[in-house]
Amino acid sequence: MNACWTIEFLNRLSTDITVAQSEAASTTIWQIESRHWQRFAELASQCQVRWVAGWAEHLDARFLVNACFENAGVYIVLRTAISCATPELPSQATVYPAANRSERHTQDMFGIHFIGHPDKRRWTRHQAWDKHSYPLRKDFPVHGKPQDITPPDMDYPFIKSHGAGVYEIPVGPVHAGIIEPGHFRFQAVGELILNLEERLGYVHKGIEKIAEGRAPEALARLAGRVSGDTTVGHCWAACRAMEQAAGIEIPVRASLLRGILAERERIANHLGDIGALCNDVAFVFAQMQFTRLREGWLRGNASYFGHRLLMDRIIPGGVACDVSDSACSLIKQEIVQLRAELSELVPALDLNSSLEDRFYTAGLLSTEIAAAFGTLGYVGRASGQNFDVRRDAAYPPYTQVRVRVPVEAQGDIASRFWVRYKEINASLHLIEDFIDLLAAGDIRAEWQTPQADSESLGIVEGWRGEITAYIRFGSDNKIARYYPRDPSILNWPALEKLVLNNIVPDFPVCNKSLNGSYSGNDL
Amino acid sequence: MLRLFSKILKTGVITERCKTPKNDELEQLGIEIKRRIDKKFSGSIAIREVDAGSCNGCELEIHALNNPYYDIERFGIHFVASPRHADVLLVTGPVSRHMQTALLRTYEATPNPKWVVAVGDCAVCGGEFGVSYASCGAVSNVIPVDVTIPGCPPTPLALMKGLLGLIKA
Repeated sequence: MNACWTIEFLNRLSTDITVAQSEAASTTIWQIESRHWQRFAELASQCQVRWVAGWAEHLDARFLVNACFENAGVYIVLRTAISCATPELPSQATVYPAANRSERHTQDMFGIHFIGHPDKRRWTRHQAWDKHSYPLRKDFPVHGKPQDITPPDMDYPFIKSHGAGVYEIPVGPVHAGIIEPGHFRFQAVGELILNLEERLGYVHKGIEKIAEGRAPEALARLAGRVSGDTTVGHCWAACRAMEQAAGIEIPVRASLLRGILAERERIANHLGDIGALCNDVAFVFAQMQFTRLREGWLRGNASYFGHRLLMDRIIPGGVACDVSDSACSLIKQEIVQLRAELSELVPALDLNSSLEDRFYTAGLLSTEIAAAFGTLGYVGRASGQNFDVRRDAAYPPYTQVRVRVPVEAQGDIASRFWVRYKEINASLHLIEDFIDLLAAGDIRAEWQTPQADSESLGIVEGWRGEITAYIRFGSDNKIARYYPRDPSILNWPALEKLVLNNIVPDFPVCNKSLNGSYSGNDL
Repeated sequence: MLRLFSKILKTGVITERCKTPKNDELEQLGIEIKRRIDKKFSGSIAIREVDAGSCNGCELEIHALNNPYYDIERFGIHFVASPRHADVLLVTGPVSRHMQTALLRTYEATPNPKWVVAVGDCAVCGGEFGVSYASCGAVSNVIPVDVTIPGCPPTPLALMKGLLGLIKA
């Protein structure tokens, strides 16, 4: 299908489903009756339309349920309204596995029942609120009614396995390394992993709830802390949504600076993770070298932009900091040096037989499974999913440059490793291009209070992949609804698949090769 | 293999050296920390890091303490895999309610004498998240805290200064 897939698809739908179309601030909304919710998914799936995100909203006496779909870089938001008295509609998770956890999240947070959902269990809810309370309903107070000590979530019904020699390994929530908390339940025979089940939600901080009522600047700060390693990505997605809703166009210089920030974030994370991947197979040389490069890069962030991780550099309407011409030339020198370092290091890694032994064929994710789960970013691109928002649904400043998107089809750890290395090179080129395009100008557009009820979807390519942020404004410039969809929400389920038939001791490197965000998933 | 050795030799030791500390804050800090650890802890303290609900920003900077620039192990500070091996719990994040029991159990599993360091604005005062149906806010709302290291996130140098504060305390 081409970019006009929506027209063709609407024709196809017309015999079954009536669609009411509307346009709201760069976002196309298709409203349908709730009874067609699943049927729509079936037809969309037949046309290879990708399921992107799902979220709901509580407005007066009804719920709006939304699902975002994409094909050929064109996004639509599918919407239906259901009454609070009978909060149910057919599930899309039977058609799109990607929708599974998202619908369970909506069920836990709103009490909306998805009929026919293949998994009846709770997901985000542990024991911090009771079964019949729903935090994102308007009558639920932000402070809730917590107990003094929230009990552990003891009775979650994990999948069981039986048989001679089959055993279980429970891991977490507190892990052995300096990483985020989550629980993994393995079933294994000997060293072989038969099954892995993830139990996340431990770092659920109520982000969606505490976003309500915030002013744009305060929402940007919160968005920058959805996942600390993706502070630029989430902040940009949220600001893009808010700016679209308010009808603001940011200055060219601001968009170029945002591009530089986002690519610097991508490079910093790739450098760190390439080292960490090598460390997980006991190749400490690479770990030390790449953490060295990462530290140098972060010090660059601090000296050019004033923050090592680039937090709060993006603000509604533009960016908070400018760069001088002399800083630009320093950044260019830094890029030359980094290339020289990588050209020495990477051949050493490439020729290393122990890395080859551990990375190749391990943690295999087939293109079919990657497609079925809507896997994003470098995980998807290492398994043949040729998609990148920067190229396929380009937004400023990527509209001004050529974005190279490395794709491989092998789907193993080595593939993800090399895709990330190639992305570093592509990002270095982009930073150079953006610096060349920089011309004097404003770095911030004046904010305009958006009309009450204006809404928009901000979509950017974070370093983990596509990030979507839904924003609705209430009155007085206040946020009524914020839903950030981190790429991890779609990538985590792929981990359960790619570890199968690997050995338990390879789990850390399999996990690292995907590197999902716990915080971005749990919200 | 030769490539590895040649790269290692070419990189050399980039860890800022201990002998010329005059202008280098990191070195002065490190030496002070080392002196006190030697005196009070027979040369080593073991830290267990616990993410109790952080956005992962603090973890990235705690990781950096182990890179060759800071190389915090040379001062006798090392990170361990279990609270049972730890002298110090380094706790990040507002404590999410879903992590409250896990944090309490980690605290109980750490042998006495033990110290708790709350790292980052969220751990110190609740930060951007505060107290809500899902968050207990500051670490001190859940377990006793000995030292706080503010920052969003604190830089590796700030972390080292904070650890020094703990040892002095």
